[in-house]
Amino acid sequence: MTAFVELHDVTHVYGGGDGPPAVEALSLKVREGEFAAIVGPSGCGKSTMMKLATGLQRPKSGTVIVAGKQVVEPIKITGMAFQNPVMLPWRTTLENLLLPLEIVQPHRSRLRSHKAEYVARAEGLLETVGLKGMGSKFPWQLSGGMQQRASLCRSLIHEPKLLMLDEPFGALDAFTREELWCVIRDLHAQRGVTVILVTHDLREAVFLADRVFCMSARPGRIIAEREVTFARPRDLEVTYTPEFAAIVHELRGHISAARQAA
Amino acid sequence: MTRSTWLKLAPYLFTIAFFLLWEAACRVFKISGFILPPPTAIWAALLQYQKPLYTNAFHTLWMTSFGFGLSIVFGLALGLLVGSSKLIYAGLNPLLVGFNSIPKVAVVPILVIWFGVGWLPPVLTAFVISFFPIVVNVATGLATIEPETEDVMKALGASRLDIMTKVGIPRSLPYLFGALKVSITLAYVGSVIGEQNASNLGLGNLITRASADFNVPLIFAALIVLAILGVFLVAIVDIVENRMTGWAKRSQMGNA
Repeated sequence: MTAFVELHDVTHVYGGGDGPPAVEALSLKVREGEFAAIVGPSGCGKSTMMKLATGLQRPKSGTVIVAGKQVVEPIKITGMAFQNPVMLPWRTTLENLLLPLEIVQPHRSRLRSHKAEYVARAEGLLETVGLKGMGSKFPWQLSGGMQQRASLCRSLIHEPKLLMLDEPFGALDAFTREELWCVIRDLHAQRGVTVILVTHDLREAVFLADRVFCMSARPGRIIAEREVTFARPRDLEVTYTPEFAAIVHELRGHISAARQAA
Repeated sequence: MTRSTWLKLAPYLFTIAFFLLWEAACRVFKISGFILPPPTAIWAALLQYQKPLYTNAFHTLWMTSFGFGLSIVFGLALGLLVGSSKLIYAGLNPLLVGFNSIPKVAVVPILVIWFGVGWLPPVLTAFVISFFPIVVNVATGLATIEPETEDVMKALGASRLDIMTKVGIPRSLPYLFGALKVSITLAYVGSVIGEQNASNLGLGNLITRASADFNVPLIFAALIVLAILGVFLVAIVDIVENRMTGWAKRSQMGNA
């Protein structure tokens, strides 16, 4: 299997000192176009793993390879979305969406001259997530779920090869969350982007992902890897089948074991 | 009348009530006009000394605006510098606090020694007294960028300059305007102190001369003019603020 994202024997300590490692001897591989989910008890270093994979943090030891290149600085082929949508309140939703294009090349130098084309692209994205015509609203005029949809659009506007989602639905109510699962599912199917989703919701992980990694408590490492082979496109109904429940149950077992070991 | 009309009228009503109370207190308690002149006496002085008040007020406004302008430029630059680097923040903090603790009245004689009597001491006093709040607030605005926002920007490959211009500066604007309203009144204090000690012009100088003549109504008239000038400049800052950072007052806009 050729890996698109590969972490090999990675150990990371915050602050670069001799403190306790956040992740230790962490190894995982994610294929191109795959949807991977990472689950684990809270504080296990899931978010650290994400920062390592995008080059926001440099590991103390081990190697991180993305798209065949070793990661030594923030890589520009990623889009990110967090639990907190972090929209800039002084920009309209549309202007927030265009923000990555003001930074990432080649869009940065083309943005001014091809404004209409990019605005059309942003409006198209808004439409696919059910926010048609909302571009002129300020983020604080949108509900939490709508802000999160807009945040997903922003993470995709520059057509990244890799999408990193750090508990993006953690702060939303259960119904909104399931709606957004379907939004993400469709975006992934349309764009063939590689997705790494960090979550503590096992149903979310199993519903969305092709491959689920379980992390141990701090220092985090991968204790289990489970392929999920339900046919795509998946319907929310799949979450009520016994097969689905069995996988969730199995993962639940790994997490419990990890929590007890801690 | 509706609540919103009352809200609009409130500033005028309160001001009128304040002066009526003042007038009433002077009459009821028979306070000597030499201690506290009633508003009617101050009004009379305002009319009598219209011309000198007008020219000196214009001079003070000019001195203050100049000093205030300097402190915006300098305060903004230093605030951006201090807010963007933890090292510079740690290094400059005690110096800034120490400098701000110096009474600026004590600085005026030094300015006179350096520049002589004239327009420079009031301008510089207004400047040194008013830049500190701007530095502190702009630095705070920059230093409190959410880490997630920074991560989003960095993961896109944004440079420090990108983060500063696209996030840091817009984000610190509400802090800047908060500081400007404090600074503008401080700048008046500064320019008047400067004029009292080192100028032949301006309201500060007028107050010094009026007190030498025991012309108490004129002193009060000059103080009232200063207050009006202060309200005037703060109102300008308010208008600019609403234009530029309306997003920070979202609850009001949400109701509109």
